[in-house]
Amino acid sequence: MTGAPARSPRRRSRDRDPATSGRGTLRWREARTGLALISPTVVLVLVLVVLPILWTVVLAFQDLRLIRLRTAGLFGDYTVENFVDVFGSPGFWQALVTTLVYAGCGTAASVGLGLVAALAMRRPFRGRTFVRASLLLPYVAPVVAATFVWGVMLNPQFGIVNEVGTGLLGWDEPIAFLSERPTALVTVIVFEMWRSFPFAFLFLTARLQAAPATLEEAAQVDGATPTQVFRHIVWPQLLPTIAVLALLRFIWTFNNFDDIYLLTGGGAGTEVISVRVFDFLVSRGDIGAASAQALVLATVLIVLVTVYHRFAAKDEVA
Amino acid sequence: MTRMVTAPADAPAAPDTRPSRAPAGRGWSRTTVETRVLGVLRWVVIAGLAIFTLFPFYYMVLLSVRDLSSLLQDPGRLWPLLSELTVGTYREVLTPTESGGQGFVRLMANSGLIALGTVAVTLVFAVLGSYALARLRFPGRRKVGVLFLAVYLFPSILLAVPLFVFLTRLGLRGALGPLVLVYVSQTIAVAVYTLRNYFQTVPASIEEAAAVDGASRFTIMRRITLPLAMPAILSNGLFVFMIAWNEFLFALLFLVEDRSRWTVSLGLSQLAGSIEIPTTVLMAGSVILTLPIVVLFFATERLLTGGLTAGAEKG
Repeated sequence: MTGAPARSPRRRSRDRDPATSGRGTLRWREARTGLALISPTVVLVLVLVVLPILWTVVLAFQDLRLIRLRTAGLFGDYTVENFVDVFGSPGFWQALVTTLVYAGCGTAASVGLGLVAALAMRRPFRGRTFVRASLLLPYVAPVVAATFVWGVMLNPQFGIVNEVGTGLLGWDEPIAFLSERPTALVTVIVFEMWRSFPFAFLFLTARLQAAPATLEEAAQVDGATPTQVFRHIVWPQLLPTIAVLALLRFIWTFNNFDDIYLLTGGGAGTEVISVRVFDFLVSRGDIGAASAQALVLATVLIVLVTVYHRFAAKDEVA
Repeated sequence: MTRMVTAPADAPAAPDTRPSRAPAGRGWSRTTVETRVLGVLRWVVIAGLAIFTLFPFYYMVLLSVRDLSSLLQDPGRLWPLLSELTVGTYREVLTPTESGGQGFVRLMANSGLIALGTVAVTLVFAVLGSYALARLRFPGRRKVGVLFLAVYLFPSILLAVPLFVFLTRLGLRGALGPLVLVYVSQTIAVAVYTLRNYFQTVPASIEEAAAVDGASRFTIMRRITLPLAMPAILSNGLFVFMIAWNEFLFALLFLVEDRSRWTVSLGLSQLAGSIEIPTTVLMAGSVILTLPIVVLFFATERLLTGGLTAGAEKG
């Protein structure tokens, strides 16, 4: 009967209102253990993520230069000049438009290709597991290696794409994929599609596996053609997943820095806000302006995350 | 019955076996046409996708073993000739800088050290935190869940400004310790998220049975929960390793000034602009950067895709 004393207080504590349970009860001990286990992680996140983001707000209202950083006071002398400058510069609005085009097209392309891939690979065939795993490679491969090899592939002098284009496809002259408008923007969007479609592919494959086969079979029995089955049975089931995927991909593409910085350095009409933030921070050493533009990104992001939270993660974060 | 119904989609000759209600009869009903077209299209798509995704990797390996001069003479050839095969590119990229090479061994050691450190710290924090989120009721649990979701979705460029300013001010730019902590802050949210989902699938009754038998919370975690969650913890560790090994932005911000502290990613990106280093040598560097990830990925693909799709039922 060793179990009885342990079990009964536990059951009682469950039924009781948490507010009335006092010290020493199992309920209280559970809360204490929980707080003790979660606090290191929470402290780390607060110190390394939340505080820095709040500090960005302070920095955005200061006139701070990188060269004077060692000596400058970190608080005081607030000004809205950074925002006036940022919003007053045509470069910023151009970058915002580029960011939106890049994020919108990149999201649509990668989710679209992911959907096509998931549908094509739906039915088993020999070697499917291997092909499926291979399709995920662009997503897990290091971004620096991927951008480098793309850069060489698209190189106008000896890149394979131009070699094939001029030799086999009859192009008049090599195309400078990464240094001409508007080709450069299209190229970085295609790269984004290549790199991110595996993410959509993976999630949509999982969703397709969960879809009950009986519905589609019933429709086939009733004489529906394959495209009709897709349009009326499969597509409605996938739609919620596609919506969440599109939102997630948009959030990440909107803030993507690595790909564009490594492919074009932000040149030839591909300067997105995140690359601009980096340039203002490191090249120009203008911390205030960099922070102000980072805040614009953060604001858009907060809106999107709120949408995501409302929309998709309602029961997830319980 | 099920067999009969699914058959038409598989084999073009199947319409005869279909139930009589379907508009079959003629040899070229809409269903037959669509099935045939889609059947062909499917293989076209699969082949196209495979080429599209894998060609850059093949090209990477190809260029890394081709001799530079023969590459420039015949850049369009897609297979290496035996006469031009070389491993000199790998030798050059791995040789220490003092001996005239690019010193990638050193960079790999840096990357490995940082990645392993990140994995260790992330896992300790994430296992404790996610267990608490999955199992224990404590005040503020919901808020913590929302916080981690927000952190998971917040991109690194937003942290770049304040962390760069902060570490510059403290004179800690270039130190590996703070960088590991920054990496942990980037990976911890996703680790907590997936591990919590996993812990929730482990039936609480097992733990309750142990508690009934008098085991303490600590004993339960160590003897029961952790062994059960080992696959998830392992896949999380691998996932975190990949993120840290691949990371570029923070390495660029913090380590760029001192070549001896570069990671492989940073080294390759810095050397890529140089005209003195042949492209083939840098391709060898890319292979060195990519290979560990590809090997790890294929070795653990099952574990990893399971972990990646753990959040897939969100929608």
